[in-house]
Amino acid sequence: MKKFASFFLSLTMAMSLLTGCADKNGGSAGSSDSTDAQTVVIGGSGPLTGNYATYGISVRQGALLAVDELNEKGGVNGMKLELKFEDDEADTTKAVANYATLMDQGMDVSLGATTSGCSIAIAEEAKKDGLLLLTPSGSQKDCTKYDNAFRVCYMDPDLGFYSAGFIKDNGLASKVAVLYDKSNDYSAGVTEAFLQRAKEIGLEIVTQQAFTNQSNTDFSTQLHAVKASGAELLFMPIYAPEAAYVLTQAGKMNLDVKFFGADGMDGIIEKIGEENLQYAEGLILLTPYSADSQQEPTASFVKNYKENFNGQVPDQFAADAYDAVYTIAACLEKSGAKPSDKDFNEKMISAMTEIEVKGVTGTMTWSKEGEPTKPAKAVQIADGAYKELK
Amino acid sequence: MKTKKQLLNRYMTYIVLIGVFALVTIGVETGIVSRHMRSLLVPICINIIMAVSLNLVIGFLGELSLGHAGFMSVGAYAGCLFSIHFEAVLPTFIRFPLAMAAGGLTASFFGLIVGIPVLRLKGDYLAIVTLAFGEIIRSVIINLDFTGGASGLKGTPQDSSFAWAFSIVLITYFVITNLADSKHGRAIHSLKENLIAAQSCGVDINLYKLMAFVISAFFAGAAGVLTGHNFSILTAGAFDYNRSIEILVMVVLGGIGNINGSILSACVLTVLPESLKFLSDYRMLIYSVVLIIITILGSSQRWKDIRSSLLSRISFKGKGKVKANANE
Repeated sequence: MKKFASFFLSLTMAMSLLTGCADKNGGSAGSSDSTDAQTVVIGGSGPLTGNYATYGISVRQGALLAVDELNEKGGVNGMKLELKFEDDEADTTKAVANYATLMDQGMDVSLGATTSGCSIAIAEEAKKDGLLLLTPSGSQKDCTKYDNAFRVCYMDPDLGFYSAGFIKDNGLASKVAVLYDKSNDYSAGVTEAFLQRAKEIGLEIVTQQAFTNQSNTDFSTQLHAVKASGAELLFMPIYAPEAAYVLTQAGKMNLDVKFFGADGMDGIIEKIGEENLQYAEGLILLTPYSADSQQEPTASFVKNYKENFNGQVPDQFAADAYDAVYTIAACLEKSGAKPSDKDFNEKMISAMTEIEVKGVTGTMTWSKEGEPTKPAKAVQIADGAYKELK
Repeated sequence: MKTKKQLLNRYMTYIVLIGVFALVTIGVETGIVSRHMRSLLVPICINIIMAVSLNLVIGFLGELSLGHAGFMSVGAYAGCLFSIHFEAVLPTFIRFPLAMAAGGLTASFFGLIVGIPVLRLKGDYLAIVTLAFGEIIRSVIINLDFTGGASGLKGTPQDSSFAWAFSIVLITYFVITNLADSKHGRAIHSLKENLIAAQSCGVDINLYKLMAFVISAFFAGAAGVLTGHNFSILTAGAFDYNRSIEILVMVVLGGIGNINGSILSACVLTVLPESLKFLSDYRMLIYSVVLIIITILGSSQRWKDIRSSLLSRISFKGKGKVKANANE
């Protein structure tokens, strides 16, 4: 009986915890309704803690900067923007819970999630609500499966497709080696499309080397294999932290190949550090954004970002998120919709395909499928800084 | 033989569980429960199933398994692949239980494969091998094509609901408590208490160890199927070592061998990190501190004394009530 009593008591306690939360959230949802006419709530989710924290933090900061800038100018159509950003630790369960929390708080437009998997999970929920979903960095194909979902970054397969074309068109190499992270969806997705395109246009793939997130610091095995294969160019669609190891280790073993990366490698100069910067010399990146661009609006974006966030250089994720917020602002302007409108979501979604946004990641238009069209730029590291090619 | 008290305790748990289910359902229907909490209902049920089934191995068999999430992922992928292939052929109410059975059976098959060579050994080998099993499974799934690789398995129908998840909780509770009370359950328990004594009484050690292990894996697999059908994407990364530890923590906090405790701690530990969200950056810090405090309190004799003296007052009233009921 004692056991039962304790069980019952604790269950009641747990229940009160549950209902307590419900009251709190319900209350805040109610209070935000009254201010809805003046405020457009943009909700985002991303990893702010855990292994992938840098991506989520960049997205939050990029979006925050854009929201602050727009509000300083007096908002959009007289409405203020408000950013609410929740931590999902790159876990789908938490991402979906975040989406629900944000809906409780009166979210009007969703920034989806930072990572692809979470963004796909959220897209399913957003579809039920009919909300406009614009993910800054969800690059997997399925992130924009539904009509209400759009993205700012390139889709993974496109990136692989462009990369292969770029290498072929510029005659960079005929024998190509590939190094990718098998446990990472971005890396695997780009590689798959790259290999397919390379085959079609007659690039010879001499070796494919893979690693996983369990073994991403020592690349000597893979690099020796690349060396033995006689490749002229190493294509590596991986993120900057791993790329820094690869470049340093390749440099130390005098591996004489050209290095070619994609947008995930943005920020490599920071990551590789001053003393190893020589090893990144000559690296080519195919990316729509580079932090050292002197062109507007990129130059002032980088300057403002540094001022606001302790001198950090904004990476691809921050730039995508910054553009995402400006895109939402452009939709609001184009459609003249207010969150209090009954057909707010429909107006916003149809505006997405009509607008053109001159963002820091290029000038973009969107297709009905949710894909952005923007020019791919190649940058090369020369004398320790990014230089635009061509 | 169960005593009357034990039986009553058990029936009360069913009543409390169903009562809570009814209350929450009413709350959802009337909109009192926030959307955030609604999104946690299925994950709570999944964690209850995981914790209760792990408790069978840890609490009753007395072996440490660190690969429970591995069985969960095997079950999840098997169930989801089943659902994807039969989505067009079978209606949901037939397909979903079948998917659950498929996931559970696949997981228990893997439980058998891991169990047969390892359970014959003594000591901590099970913990190490189950840990390795979880990691191997994750690597294999990432490298296979039909599981979607690193980008995850997509296109599973979204069949999980609170009602489905709750019925699986009831089934799990029913099977595991009844097993614990049966002849086989006592044999399993005897292995934990004294292996040599059990052996000398003619208890088939390997059989009963395997039985506990396979049944536990079955429910982990079913919980995996629920997870897979709750989201539009299933990634192997979600079932890593940390997930196994999370469930182990639930079992330890709820009390090893205490099923009701497992149910409760699974609820609390799923809701706690979410309800601490407003603390933003301090959330993880406070969560860990709360865990440490609960663990220390749980093992301190003085706290146990305080708790039992508090509870004895309450249960006196409770006993009076029971007698009154009996007289009626």
